[in-house]
Amino acid sequence: MSVQVLSGQLLLGLINGAFYALLSLGLAVIFGVLGIINFAHGAFYMVGAFAAWGLATYLDVGYWPALVLVPLAMGLLGMGVERLMLKRLAGLDPLYGLLATFGLALVLEGTFRQVYGSSGQPYPVPEALQGGVNLGFMFLPLYRGWVVAASIVVCLATWLAIERTALGARLRAVTERPDVAQALGLNVPLLVTVTFGVAVALAAFAGVMAAPVYQANPLMGSNLIIVVFAVVVIGGMGSLSGAILSGYGLGLAEGMTKVFYPPAANIVVFVIMAVVLMVRPAGLFGRAS
Amino acid sequence: MRLPPLALLALAALALLLAAPWVIYPAFLMKALCFALFAAAFNLLLGYAGLLSFGHAAFFGGAAYVTAHAAKVWGWPPELAILGGTLAAALLGLAMGALAIRRQGIYFAMTTLALAQMLFFLFLQAPFTGGEDGIQGVPQGRLLGLIDLGQPTSAYYAVLAIAALGHLALYRIIHSPFGQVLKAVRDNEARARSLGYEVDRYKLTAFVLSATLAGLAGGTKALVFQIATLADVQWQMSGEVVLMTLLGGIGTVAGPAVGAFLSVGLESALATSGLPVAAVIGAVFIACVLVFRRGLVGEIGARLKIRI
Repeated sequence: MSVQVLSGQLLLGLINGAFYALLSLGLAVIFGVLGIINFAHGAFYMVGAFAAWGLATYLDVGYWPALVLVPLAMGLLGMGVERLMLKRLAGLDPLYGLLATFGLALVLEGTFRQVYGSSGQPYPVPEALQGGVNLGFMFLPLYRGWVVAASIVVCLATWLAIERTALGARLRAVTERPDVAQALGLNVPLLVTVTFGVAVALAAFAGVMAAPVYQANPLMGSNLIIVVFAVVVIGGMGSLSGAILSGYGLGLAEGMTKVFYPPAANIVVFVIMAVVLMVRPAGLFGRAS
Repeated sequence: MRLPPLALLALAALALLLAAPWVIYPAFLMKALCFALFAAAFNLLLGYAGLLSFGHAAFFGGAAYVTAHAAKVWGWPPELAILGGTLAAALLGLAMGALAIRRQGIYFAMTTLALAQMLFFLFLQAPFTGGEDGIQGVPQGRLLGLIDLGQPTSAYYAVLAIAALGHLALYRIIHSPFGQVLKAVRDNEARARSLGYEVDRYKLTAFVLSATLAGLAGGTKALVFQIATLADVQWQMSGEVVLMTLLGGIGTVAGPAVGAFLSVGLESALATSGLPVAAVIGAVFIACVLVFRRGLVGEIGARLKIRI
C-alpha cells in the first residue's frame, strides 16, 4: 500500500470526522441546556447545504457570503423552533423532545425530497480554494484542507467560548442548575433559546461546508445524524471536548477501515459503539451515572 | 357475568375484523394487521417498560428477510418460515437488548437506532438479501398444509389469527406478575431495584419478547406480501412504529392497533394525493407530541376513566 492511498483515505476520514465533530458538539451543547436530543440536527445540516445551493442558484450569492448568512438565518430559525416547539415540552420526559424533533426532521427531509428528489444538487468549490498543493507524500485538495482547518477552528472557538468566557460560565451555570441560575438573575429562557440557535447555526455551517464535498442532497442529514448518534453514545455528552475528540477520532477510524477492510467502512462506528458499550457503558468521556 | 370494557372492545373489534374483508380490500387489512402486531410488540417495551427503542425495524425487517429466504431458497413451509424469522428476531433482540440496556433514557434510544442502522448496512451488503431489490416473489404456500396463503381472503384470516394470538400473548404478558414488575421498573427503577428485582433481567426479557413479536409481524408480512426489502429494516420503519403507538396511545392495550390502522389508512390516502407522505407523517408526529400525547385510545380511556 502506498503512502498516498493511506494519507488520502485519512484525509477523507478527517473530513467526515470534521462533520461528526461539528454535529456532535451541537448535540452535546443542546443536551446540556435542554436535556433533549435534537433529531432534527441532521436535517438542519441538510437545509444549510440546500440554503447555500439555493443562494448560489437563485440569487447568485457565492460561497463566502453563504458561509456567514446561512448559519445566521438558520440560527434564527432554530430559535423559533425552540420557542414554538421545544419550550412547550420542558419538564416532560426528554423522549418527547426526541420524538418532536424526529417529526421535524421528517417534515424537512420529506419536503426537500418532494421538491428535489433524492439526487444531489452539485455545488461548486469556491474559486479561491480550487486546485491543491503537493505535500510531497500526498496531493492535498485545497478545499478539503480548508474544511478540516475551519472545523477545527470553529470547534475550538465554541469550546473556548463555553469553557473560558463569562457568557460561557453563565451557560454552564444554566446547564448545572437552571433554578439557581434563574434565582441569581440570569435570563435562563433567553440563554436556552440562544444556545439552541447557536447549535443549529453550527449544523448549518457544517452543511454549507459540506455542499461542495457531498453536494446538497435531501438524504444527507439523516444518513449523517445516525452515525453522529453513535459518536455521541461512544463519547458521552458530558464533556464538549469529548464530543469533539470522538468526532474526529471516529472519522479517522472510518478512513482507516476504508483502507484496510472497505466492506466494513459503513459499520465500523457502530461496531466501536458496541465494543464501548460492553467495556465502558458510560462512554469514553462520560461519567458513570 | 359482566365483561370488562377491554374484553367487550376486543370482541367487538374481532367481529368487525371478521366481517371486514367484505367491505375493505384484504391487502389493506393485512398490512394494517401486521403493523398492529408490530406496534403492539413495540408498545410492550415503550408503554410498559418505559424503554424507547428507535431500532425496532431491525426485528421486523430482520424476520422478514429470514422468513422470505427460508421460504424461497430453502423451500420451508410457511409456518416454519415464519417461526424461523421469529426466532431470528428473538436472537437479534437478545444481542441488541443486552447492549442497549447498558444505557438509559435517551442514550438507549440512540443506541438502538445505531445498532439497527448497523444491521441495515449488513443487510444492504449481505449476499442473500438481494441488495436494493430485496427478496421478491416469495412463495406463499399453504399454512399448516391447509390454508392457501395465495388466496387473499384465506390469507387475511390467517393473518387475523396470528395478529389476534399475538395480541392475546401481549395482553397476558402485560397483566402477568412479570408485567407488574415491568411497570414498577418503568415508574421507579431505583425502587424496583431496592425491592430486590433484577431490573436488567426484566428489561432484557421485555426487550426479547418485544423483538420476538415484532419478528412474528415482520415474518408474516414477508410471506403474505411475498417481499422483504430494505424499507423493512430502515430507520423510517422504526420511526413509523413509534408514531403508530403514539397516535393510538402509549401504554394502552388497544392503542397501538388503533394507531396502526390510522397510520396505514393515512398513508394509503396520501399515496394518491401527491403530498409528500414523509412530511405529512412528520407533521402528525409533531402535533401528537405537542398536544395529543395520550393518543386516541389513551384520551378516550382517560375521559371515560376506563383501562383499554
